[in-house]
Amino acid sequence: MGISTTDDPNALPPMTQGTRVANLETPQLPNEPLVTIEANRAWSISELHDLWAFRELLYFLTWRDVKVRYKQTELGIAWAIIQPLLTMLIFTLFFGRLAGVPSDNVPYPIFAYAGLLPWTFFANAIANSGNSLVGSANLITKVYFPRMIIPGAAVAAGLVDFAIGFVILVVLMFYYGIAFGWGLLMLLPLVLLTTLLATGMGMWLSGLNVKYRDVRFALPFLIQLWMFVSPVIYPSSFLPAKFRWLLWLNPMTGIIEGYRSSLFGLHFNWSALATSATITFLLLGYAAYSFRRMEKSFADIV
Amino acid sequence: MKPIVLVKNLGKQYQIGTRETGYDTLRESLVQAMRAPMRRLRGTSKRNVETIWALKNVSFEVAPGEVLGIIGRNGAGKSTLLKVLSRITEPSTGRAELYGRVASLLEVGTGFHPELTGRENVYLNGAILGMSKAEIDRKFDQIVAFAELEKFLDTPVKRYSSGMYMRLAFAVSSHLEPEILIVDEVLAVGDAAFQKKCLGKMGEVAKAGRTVIFVSHNMTAIRSLCQRAIWLDNGEILESGETNSVILNYIQRGAFATLEKTWEDSVTAPGDETARLRYVSVAPVGQEPDEPITISTAIEMRVGFWNYQPDALLNFSVVLYNLEGVAIFNTGSSPRSFPAGMVEGSFVIPGNFLNDGNYTIRLLLVKDTSIPLLDLHDLLSFEVLDSERSGNWYGKVLGAVRPKFDWHLTANN
Repeated sequence: MGISTTDDPNALPPMTQGTRVANLETPQLPNEPLVTIEANRAWSISELHDLWAFRELLYFLTWRDVKVRYKQTELGIAWAIIQPLLTMLIFTLFFGRLAGVPSDNVPYPIFAYAGLLPWTFFANAIANSGNSLVGSANLITKVYFPRMIIPGAAVAAGLVDFAIGFVILVVLMFYYGIAFGWGLLMLLPLVLLTTLLATGMGMWLSGLNVKYRDVRFALPFLIQLWMFVSPVIYPSSFLPAKFRWLLWLNPMTGIIEGYRSSLFGLHFNWSALATSATITFLLLGYAAYSFRRMEKSFADIV
Repeated sequence: MKPIVLVKNLGKQYQIGTRETGYDTLRESLVQAMRAPMRRLRGTSKRNVETIWALKNVSFEVAPGEVLGIIGRNGAGKSTLLKVLSRITEPSTGRAELYGRVASLLEVGTGFHPELTGRENVYLNGAILGMSKAEIDRKFDQIVAFAELEKFLDTPVKRYSSGMYMRLAFAVSSHLEPEILIVDEVLAVGDAAFQKKCLGKMGEVAKAGRTVIFVSHNMTAIRSLCQRAIWLDNGEILESGETNSVILNYIQRGAFATLEKTWEDSVTAPGDETARLRYVSVAPVGQEPDEPITISTAIEMRVGFWNYQPDALLNFSVVLYNLEGVAIFNTGSSPRSFPAGMVEGSFVIPGNFLNDGNYTIRLLLVKDTSIPLLDLHDLLSFEVLDSERSGNWYGKVLGAVRPKFDWHLTANN
């Protein structure tokens, strides 16, 4: 009996053996293959096209990260404000009041907040993107898309929190009566530079993390240590002049001091900023190169 | 005609790393842990690296508009081939050229996030599969209608039933419009109605002149959808050609089963001083042993053992499991004692009883009705194939068993 267990067996379009329908609309094949797959393929321009073609995926993954992050939290997106604000209060109490750390003639709370805002963005960005590939194993083993999008989206999602935290900064600036100057024009390049640095670090760490899961455990320490060698809670002038160049080797130094100069109308330390920019671009280049090399084995070992 | 997919000598090697020595003490493991990165730095890692070739010298072409089926048993390299062609993993050797936009469907619902709503997941999943936002906007209503989930669009998918989840996931996937579509065993999931819908959609895709590369264990589906098939075995192409003949050879020669086990040595055979196994086997009744077992075939299971204790009360118990690990039945012989020496026994699973699928046999030998002397899981395995069907419905028939009952239909007019 050909009676099936479902309600309507005739709903299935009849498919007869050997139906050749290719002739109905024979597609015009291009002369060059759209995709070439081979062993040890070198980086080619077509991959940049790919990255561009998948730009919407970057948007959707970023949007997903932002959307999901504060789901089922009572305070929701307010956490993006509470985190840096509370940290600022704690730091003000311990470093500003008790330890008496100087703050370049700016009230310590806003001095600390102006450092914490880019730092929190940077720290969260590298922590999230560092773990992003391992957390996306289900995507990596089932679908193709340029893998760089995954750590990239994790960094981009941090920008949303950064923007919200920035609103508080503006409120604080009004509160402390700080004048808005031309220096603010430098904010955009600074945000861009921070994003690029975070992307470079995040990309490199995320690739490394796939093979060496040690990264996941080492990362929190790295971030903590990095904060103490960055002028987040203290100004670089806190260090004796002859050691200050050491601090500049840390690309976050030029960036954080740059934010303060821009916000508080202080004069810019261009050489420190140039050093930061140079290191950032070198790092980004190296990270992209090394990511490309590691990428080939992601699906096999993640 | 110029091929749209050209595959040449494709090979994929996987490494299976094994350690030289196990870690014995905490101190030793600490020392090992300290040394390992140093050794790596010096590039003198002494790890034994074993490798296997999941794909070897695979070459084929696919013409535009052709639907190519890939068959082979588990571990034959089918999924690896699809992963290489989908650019998920890089081949170790060889080359493939694709002259069209590719989309691959190795799983339905890839990237679905449980916290997001149905609507949100349609966009996310669509973007992951390579659709643009404009494209998803345009097809959104069709996708939702296909999934029949209009009312639950704004509910997080974690509250969906698995059936709803599957429907939504497949609805998105099936609205992909690439020139080349690569599909893994997506029909293996979901209920019969869902499978029917999937198959129907696959048929439409094929009719629309798209090129499809399709992996399935469902021979009926392969037969109905594909003009040409490739049989992969151990990473190599064993045969390629017209679907029917490839499938026929695959069924006849493909040994996906352990139909027999024998033990020559009465000292090492499974058992103890009470009794030891000599052989176990399953074989189709009334046909040659190498002929395929189909749903209408009766299957005889035979057991032979050496009995050493004439006064022991012995009985066999056999459990048959399907691939999902569901016990289909448990049958036992009645307990009795046997004279010392060879004892043989058998029983027959009737034809038109088991559904199609893969089965494994677990055998227990029980002493004095309660003490198991032996409990051997996965002792034998065999596959029951679907037989030729009439009509044009190809989905899997529901049920753990598939008995053939006498139907009586009369028209009362």
